[in-house]
Parts: sequence; C-alpha cells; structure tokens
Amino acid sequence: MGLAAKKQDATEARLAALSLPSGAGWADAARVEAVSRFRAMGLPDRRDEYWRFTRPDDLNLPKAPEAAIFDPQEAPVYSDIDRLQIVFRDGVFDPEASDDLSLEGIEIERLATATTKDIHWSKDIYGVLEARGQNPVARPFAALNTAFATDGIVIRATGQVSKPVHLRYLHEKIDSDAILHFVIRVEPGANLTVLENGPAAARFNKCMEVDVADTGIFNHIRTQGRDHERRAITHLFARLGEESSFKSFTMTANGVLTRNEAFIELTGDNASAHIAGAAMGDGDFHHDDTIFVTHDAVNCESRQVFKKVLRNGAVGTFQGKILVKEGAQKTDGYQISQSLLLDEDAQFLAKPELEIYADDVACSHGSTSGAIDESALFYLRSRGVPENEAQALLVLAFLAEAIEEIEDEAIADDILGRLEGWLSRHRG
Amino acid sequence: MLNIKNLHVKLEEEDKAILKGVDLDVPAGAVHAIMGPNGSGKSTLSYVLSGKNGYEVTDGEATLDGADILAMEPEERAAAGLFLAFQYPVEIPGVGNMTFLRTALNAQRKARGEEEISAADFLKSIREKAKSLKIDADMLKRPVNVGFSGGEKKRNEILQMAMLEPRMCILDETDSGLDVDAMRLVSEGVNALRDEGRSFLVITHYQRLLDHIEPDVVHIMADGRIVKSGGPELALEVEKNGYADLLGEVA
Repeated sequence: MGLAAKKQDATEARLAALSLPSGAGWADAARVEAVSRFRAMGLPDRRDEYWRFTRPDDLNLPKAPEAAIFDPQEAPVYSDIDRLQIVFRDGVFDPEASDDLSLEGIEIERLATATTKDIHWSKDIYGVLEARGQNPVARPFAALNTAFATDGIVIRATGQVSKPVHLRYLHEKIDSDAILHFVIRVEPGANLTVLENGPAAARFNKCMEVDVADTGIFNHIRTQGRDHERRAITHLFARLGEESSFKSFTMTANGVLTRNEAFIELTGDNASAHIAGAAMGDGDFHHDDTIFVTHDAVNCESRQVFKKVLRNGAVGTFQGKILVKEGAQKTDGYQISQSLLLDEDAQFLAKPELEIYADDVACSHGSTSGAIDESALFYLRSRGVPENEAQALLVLAFLAEAIEEIEDEAIADDILGRLEGWLSRHRG
Repeated sequence: MLNIKNLHVKLEEEDKAILKGVDLDVPAGAVHAIMGPNGSGKSTLSYVLSGKNGYEVTDGEATLDGADILAMEPEERAAAGLFLAFQYPVEIPGVGNMTFLRTALNAQRKARGEEEISAADFLKSIREKAKSLKIDADMLKRPVNVGFSGGEKKRNEILQMAMLEPRMCILDETDSGLDVDAMRLVSEGVNALRDEGRSFLVITHYQRLLDHIEPDVVHIMADGRIVKSGGPELALEVEKNGYADLLGEVA
C-alpha cells in the first residue's frame, strides 16, 4: 500500500469512529464543511512539515488510548480567585457543578443551544476562524473538532465583565475522548478573561475561536497538567480588530503528549497580541507549541515567549512563525523560544520562522537551549542557598519572562506556586 | 579561626598541581593579606576554600574553628561563616538582588537553626547598609549584578558580606577594576566590618588596597606555596622591588 493510501485509510478509519451530531441548526452545514476540509487534509504523519517533531499516532487512532485518573492532592489552581466556573466532565458540560451562567456584561450559552437559534452571533465565527487558520499550514485536528465537537460554550462579552470565566475540565473515565469547541466574541470596548484548567479526558481535542473586535481586550490563562497520561491537541484561533489586545499564557506540567497550536491574526491597526508558555517535563514528556502570528495591519505588536524546562528524556518542541503581510508596516514582532535542559537526556527541537513582506518593520526572534549556569549555581550556593533551592531559583528566573505575560498578579502568584511545587517534586 | 595545613590541590580535569603545600593560620580578629604574581595559586586557594567544583584536594587540610570545611558543601561552608567576595561577581538574570540576599540570609539562618529574619527587619537592615555603600534602591531591585558596573559589582559583594555577617571573609582581588573612589568605598565597607570575632583574608596583586585595609600579616605566595610572611612592610617591599627580587631572595 502506498503512503498516500495509508494516510487516506487512517483518515477514513478516524472518521468512521465518529458520528456527526445532527439537528443542531446552522451548525450542521458548518460541520459538514469541516468534514470535507478534514478529509482533504487527511490525518498528519511524520512527513508533514509541521509534524516532524511530534508523533501524531495517539491522536490519529480511532479510539483514545487509556489514561489513568490523576489525583493532584492539592487545591486546583484559581481556587482563591472570584470567578464564574463552568465545569466539564470528560468533555460534557455539567450544569449542576457549574455556576449560574448569567453575569453582567456577558452572554454565555451552551453550544448546542446557540446553534439551534436561526440568528446567532456565533454563526459568523464557528468554524470560520478555524478555516482561516488552515492556510498555509493544515491543522486537521481543528477541522475534526469543528465537525465533531460534542459540547462547548459560546461566550460574548459586551462590556466590562466583573470576573473571569473559568473553564474547568474534569477527567473521570479512563478512555474518554473529548472534543470541545468554544466560540468567544469580545465586543468593542469589552474586556474578558478566560481561565482554563484540569485534565479534561484521556484524549482531549479542544478548539477555541476568539474574535476580538476593535478596542476589545481578551486575556487567557490556562494550566495543563499534571495528569501524566493525557493526550491533548488544542487550537487557539484569534482574529484581532483595531486597537484590540490579546494575551494568552499557558503553563504545562507533565503529559506524554500535548500539542498546543495557535493561529493569531492581527487584522486591525494598532492591535497587540502576546502569547506565552511555560512547560515543564520530566521523563516521558512530549510538549509541542506550534504558534503562528500573522500581521495584516499597520503598527501592530506581537510577542511570543515560550520557555521549557526539561529533564530525564523529556522532549519539548517549538514551531513558531511571525508572518508580516505586505502593507503591515510598523510591525513590531518578537519571538523567543528557550529550553533549559536539566540533564543530557532532555531534548529541545525548535523551528523559529520569520516571513516578512513589508519593508518598515522591526522583528526579532531567538531560540536557545542550554543547561543551568554552573557559575550562577555556585555563586548562590557560596552565599548559603542549598543546591536544590538555588536550582529552583535559577529555573524560575529562566521562566520569568513567560510568567510576566500573565496579566493578573494574583493568578501569576498562584501559578508561580505551582511551578515551585513541581520543581520540588522533580529534583535531580 | 582559619587553619590551613599542607594543602595540596590539583585540577580535577588534568594532572596539574596548583597548590603545593599551603600552610596558613588566620587567628580570630586578624586581617591577613596574600600577595603574589599571576598564576601563583591565590585565586585557586579562595575557590578551594569556598567549595568550587573542578579542584581536587590531594593532601592536607583546612579547618574553620576546627571544623573540616573541605568536607562541606559550599552552602554549608557559608552557613559555617565563610564568605568569598568574588573577583568576578556572577550575573544572575531573573533573580532580584533583594530576593537573592533574603533567600541566602534565611537559608543560612535555617541551616544554623535560627529563625528567619522578618521582612521588615530585613528591609531596614539592607537599606541602612546599602546606603553606606552608596547602593541605591534601583540596584537593590535589579537582577543580581546584571548591568552593574565593575565598581557596583564589588560594592554589591561587600553589601552581601555586610548582610550575611560571616566570621571568615575572603576577598579575592576585590580591588581589581576599581577606581580610587570605589576602592575607598569598598575599603570603608570592609573596615566597618572589622571586629575581634571576624577575620579577613585579603588576596591582592597590589599594595594599594592594603593602604586602605591595613593587614596584620602579609604573605607572599609563589608557585602554590606561601614563601614568605611578614608585617605590612612586606607589601611595601613588593611595591618597590616587584616579586622577582623577593622570589629570587627566597630561592
């Protein structure tokens, strides 16, 4: 059998294991279109340019590989923050466990409800931003998500939202295969923060489409982990209007396979997009950040800050691109991807890219990979700081630039505490 | 306080002996200076005493108040009261100077079974000490030594020394890269710490520093040994005639 035929068979087998939710109003057409997008792309394999560093096998399988239920034995992140909590159990919305979805300045609906309404704002976004993000690089699992999402929430911020919306994922069945889709619209002048955490499922496919209108502000903070056996593929699609602001930060701890893709388009002048990640892995860990930022307007700013701490065979990958389209003058683009390898077995694979078609721009990118600075370690120890503490201090210093991208100080402190906890559990 | 007997040290990676039988006794409250030409082993002695990797002790011993410091981890030596002011202080991006000092101070206290210093007491103490060394609030907030000038780095070493209050202070070429004013500031910082319970070992190339920090004893080190010891006048002799004369005389 030829390789192309193999790919096609795997794609059809994946499709055969899923069924399209029907009777969901306008979404039906979007889903059918997504199926044909998916079919045209096919499942990825290692010969696809953006899948060379990450094996998609576990994501390609028709059935989710099992994952043990993880008990973190500590209070979940964001516990101390006043927030509106929306709970999903193995990818199914749990209204009992969730807070009342009504809140001033915001409309929140379950996807299944929104799609049955003939006229609904989310119709213009669902699958639309995802489809925009399929070019020039295919993202088959995102199309698969649009087609087969079993649940999800649509959120529209119309003003100052008084507290963050927290999407909390719980994993209870060892073979759950969750596909969740979120549609978010931030109206002009509105301000929304979305938090995410929790293990979600044995295998988790999540797609979030975020449309930020002119002068809108969107903040996103996500934590993934420490459920070791999860397989997760997530996509974040964002379209940013004039003078809008977008910030996204992800902390990842452990996990045999996590791939976080982002596709962010700056379509209005003077917009700003920051996306950052801090990932920590020990042993059987594979973490992939695949980030595309497209400048398609004048005087926009973007920052990509991705840091990984790896030890004991852990693998981190980063594929990041800044694309500056023709006419996107005065672009200020920045990208940094760095790994701290705590021993010689860890591995970091990076593919930083700049593609620029405008002549008046300032773009910079850098990628480094290195060990703990021995002279700094000795300096700290010579002042009385024990080796473990000194190492933790240096690791946190390494991650600082990413953590600084967290807008909210209380959340940043909470996350810093989690990082410290991880470091104290994973000492050399 | 510090007793070194017949200390032999070689590089870990290669078969190269650097210290070839150092004998040195620094009593409590004394200031001893070590001078010597380049490559005589002065800095190696300071690194070996503070526990830096890369050196192997092949013979001899070093004790601080009778405790075998060579058997200790660097942080244990610090908690025991040893302090090295680095010739080249290390820059640590991402770690604030204050956080660094407070972490170090509390780690030492914890190791000695003492209570942690309160945030208020720490702030009060560091502000006072920083002021006398002309270290401003901005330097305290900045990452450790990052973007500091040579003089600022050395002043920051003395600030650490003042905050950690070690009993045995080793100053490794603290005068290198300092202009006259900075040297005076650093020396005043050191002199303010002179105390009958605290000893100093001042390593330097030049007599100049010893005008400001007056030593009780001056040792001349050459080829991995202390070859001559004497009073402050020995430093003046070096300044006048150079090492060659002196070493020729010893040989």
